[in-house]
Amino acid sequence: MYDTGKIIAGLLVFLLVITLPFWYNLATGKAGYTPELERPTDARECVRDSAYMAAHHMDLLNVWRDQVVRQGARFETGSDGQRRERSLTRTCLGCHASKERFCDRCHSYMGVQPYCWDCHIAPEEPRP
Amino acid sequence: MSVDRRRFLKIAGLTTLAVASGSARKALTADAADSTMATPPSPPLTAQRWAMVVDIRKCLAAGDCRDCTLACHRVHNVPDFGNPKDEIKWIWQEPFERVFADQEYEHLEEALKHAGVPVLCNHCDNPPCVRVCPTGSTWKRETDGIVMMDWHRCIGCRYCVAACPYGSRSFNWRDPRPFIKELEPEFPTRMRGVVEKCTFCEERLARGKPLACVEACKHKALTFGDLEDPDSEVRALLREGFAIRRRPSLGTQPEVYYKL
Repeated sequence: MYDTGKIIAGLLVFLLVITLPFWYNLATGKAGYTPELERPTDARECVRDSAYMAAHHMDLLNVWRDQVVRQGARFETGSDGQRRERSLTRTCLGCHASKERFCDRCHSYMGVQPYCWDCHIAPEEPRP
Repeated sequence: MSVDRRRFLKIAGLTTLAVASGSARKALTADAADSTMATPPSPPLTAQRWAMVVDIRKCLAAGDCRDCTLACHRVHNVPDFGNPKDEIKWIWQEPFERVFADQEYEHLEEALKHAGVPVLCNHCDNPPCVRVCPTGSTWKRETDGIVMMDWHRCIGCRYCVAACPYGSRSFNWRDPRPFIKELEPEFPTRMRGVVEKCTFCEERLARGKPLACVEACKHKALTFGDLEDPDSEVRALLREGFAIRRRPSLGTQPEVYYKL
């Protein structure tokens, strides 16, 4: 094989360059970044437990949407016996007051663009 | 025994106080929490068959009154594009001779001829818009006969616009948001490419409130109620005088009645 040294060196440089983002993250520690979501300060029960909400809030919202619009069932009684309105803007954003610091932070990080806000109107942003 | 009587009483007293104040605080905060939740709604208004009666004479007497349109369009975030081509309408005025084209004749009463008559979705018993919708985004509610729309599901094909013989449906050719003067945060807007129409204030009925147009009409020209209930206001109005409906020959069974 001709130019073994050059080829191997070249390959090493190539590998180094394409894995650069990983090295960079390792060095600066930014790989472990997770968005900080603003939790409601007066900790009340969420409509479902946090783990379920983190993973499936979009499914719940879809179910709520269909129940409200198509079946006219606007209210539900939670496992804690509390009667709640099935409403994104009233119930969810009633506690998670800031769309910017709760919804958007994670959605921007994940690159998700939900179209809720094309029509639904986000409440005024409370200033921290 | 190392605890004497005096000491025991002291501890017992303090414990009782601590427990009591704890539960009192809990009760108080629970109350506060409840009050910040969506205000407990008044019982919803329900009916077996919602219908409306429009008193044309009262509308005529009111002249240029547009209160119903203004109120409806404000609470439902209906945009005003300022040109008839893009216009979105839920309830609006049309000249009598156009609303009742089949009633029109050469010597029609002069006052009626060009009078504005409020028109809206007729919430037909046999709605042609529902039959043509390919996505099921418009349907007739079995519970109360309201012809509903699910704007999440509308794909903007406009079959319903073509099918509705009353022109009650409008299409959003452009993004409506910038053309809404005052956003009503309690109600969603629509997006470009979606059809919209009057929903008989379904969201207000659910909270026990009357229709926005009926509430706004200070001339009491609009009345809504349960057509199946013989004691309802609409039934009383229909019983006492003659009323017509728009294009009854089409068999759509419109549920907006016009009293003459």
